[in-house]
Amino acid sequence: MTDFPKTADIVIIGGGGVGTATAYYLAKSGRKNVVLLEKNTVCSGSTGRCGAGIRAQWGLELNCRMALACLDTFEHLDEELGLPTGLNQGGYLLVAYKEKEWAQFQKNVELQHSLGIMSEAFTDVKRAQEICPGVAVDDAIGFTFYQRDGHADPFLTTFAFQEAAKRYGAKFCKFTEVIGLKAKDGGMTVETNRGSIDCKEVINCAGSWAQDVAAMAGVKLPNWAERHQILITEPVDPGVCPPMLMSFSGNYYIQQRPHGSIIAGESPSSDIRLGYTSNVNSIASIARTVLKLLPRAKNIRVVRQWAGHYDMTPDSAPILGETDVKHFWHATGFSGHGFMLAPVAGQIMTALLNGDKPPFDPTIMDYRRFERGERIVEPNVV
Amino acid sequence: MPKANVICRCEEIEIDEIREWIARGYDTFDELKRELRVGMGPCQGRGCRDIILREIAKATGQPVAEIAPGTMRPPVKPIKISLLAEDFREGEHR
Repeated sequence: MTDFPKTADIVIIGGGGVGTATAYYLAKSGRKNVVLLEKNTVCSGSTGRCGAGIRAQWGLELNCRMALACLDTFEHLDEELGLPTGLNQGGYLLVAYKEKEWAQFQKNVELQHSLGIMSEAFTDVKRAQEICPGVAVDDAIGFTFYQRDGHADPFLTTFAFQEAAKRYGAKFCKFTEVIGLKAKDGGMTVETNRGSIDCKEVINCAGSWAQDVAAMAGVKLPNWAERHQILITEPVDPGVCPPMLMSFSGNYYIQQRPHGSIIAGESPSSDIRLGYTSNVNSIASIARTVLKLLPRAKNIRVVRQWAGHYDMTPDSAPILGETDVKHFWHATGFSGHGFMLAPVAGQIMTALLNGDKPPFDPTIMDYRRFERGERIVEPNVV
Repeated sequence: MPKANVICRCEEIEIDEIREWIARGYDTFDELKRELRVGMGPCQGRGCRDIILREIAKATGQPVAEIAPGTMRPPVKPIKISLLAEDFREGEHR
C-alpha cells in the first residue's frame, strides 16, 4: 500500500465489473502502467450487489449483439482468467402477463433468431414447468426462454478479472477515492485521498458515482443512482428454480445459484436513490412473490437482504466513449446491466484507447445523445 | 487423511484458504467474504468473523480492534419465506 503510483499511462476510476474488465483487456493488449482506483474495495458497489444475470434476450439489435458476445466470452472466461466465475447457464425464462408485452416478446424473438440467438416463445404453462418445475404461472399469457442465458458469480468474476489484470501488470489501489480531475497538456491529473497521479488517459467506470467524477472535470452526465433491494436464502438442493425466472410486468427475478442459495429481487416503489439502506417491507414483498411463484419454497429461510444501485441513464442505455474533455473517457450508465455487459464494455474501451476498431460501434452510446434529444430505445428492460 | 482446519462451517472454508487470499492482498473481511463466502452462510459470520479478523490483524500488523468487521445485514436470524411474506404491508414503500 506504500508504493502509491505518481504517474500512469491509463487511470481507471471504479473497481466494479466494467472497471476491472477494462483493466484486464487493456493490460492484456499490452498497455503498460494501467492503474485502477477504487474508493472502497473491488466489487463493493453495484456489481457486488447485483442479481448476477447474463442474458442475450434483448429487444434491440445492438444489445442482442453485445450480450451474445458477452455470453461467448463468459463461456470461456474461467479458462482465460485462470479462476472460476461461477457461470450457470440455466437459461432465462421471461414471463409476460400483458398482451402488449407478449406481442413485444414475439417481436424480440424474431430479432433474436435473425442474430443467432435461438430463443423460444411459447404459451404452454406445461412447457414453462418443464423448465422451472412447479412454477405457478397460470396467470401468465406467454413465455420466452433461451438456454444459454443464466448467471455468474459477480464477486468471483470481478476478482478473476482483477487477478488476471494484475498478472499482465495492471495495478489496483483500494481505498483510493478520486477527489479532483484536471485536464493538462497531453493528459490529466487525478487527485486522490492518497496523492495525485499524472496520466495520459482517464476512464470513468464509477457507476453510480460516475456523474460526480465527471463533474470534477466539468463534464455533465445525466446519470443517477436508483436503489434496488434483493434477498438471498440459505443454500438448498438444486432444482428449486433452475432458470433465471424473470418478468418485467410481474416485477421479479428469481434464480438459484449452483451453490444452492436462491436470490430474488424486484424493482422498488420508493424513490430513494443513492444509499444502501434496506427495509422489511421490501423483503416481505419479494418473499410474497417467491411464495406465489414457487409455493414449495415456503419453508426455505431467508438469510440476508441488501440494497444496491442501478446506475441509470435517461434511456437506460450505457454511456461509452470520449468526452468533450480530451483524454477523459466514460464507460458507465449500464442501468442495471453492467455486470453482464462488462466483458464487451472492457473490449470496446480497450479498442477505443488503442485506436483500434471496436468490436461494436459505440457511437450511438455517446453521452451527447441526450442533448441532441436522441434515445436508445430498448423494449426489454425493467 | 490430511488435517483440515475449517474456520467457516457454513461454507466449509479452511484457514489455509483464508491465509492464501489475505496474502494475495484481500486483507479486509468484506473482500474475503466476497471471494470465499465466509460470513454469507446461515450463521452470518457468527462462527468465523472473529477468527478471520484475527488473521487479518496478524497479516497486516494492525490491532484487531481496528480491523473493520464487515457489514452485518438483516434479518438477524434466518426467517422462512412464508413467514416473511405475511409481513408485507400494502401501500408501504419497499
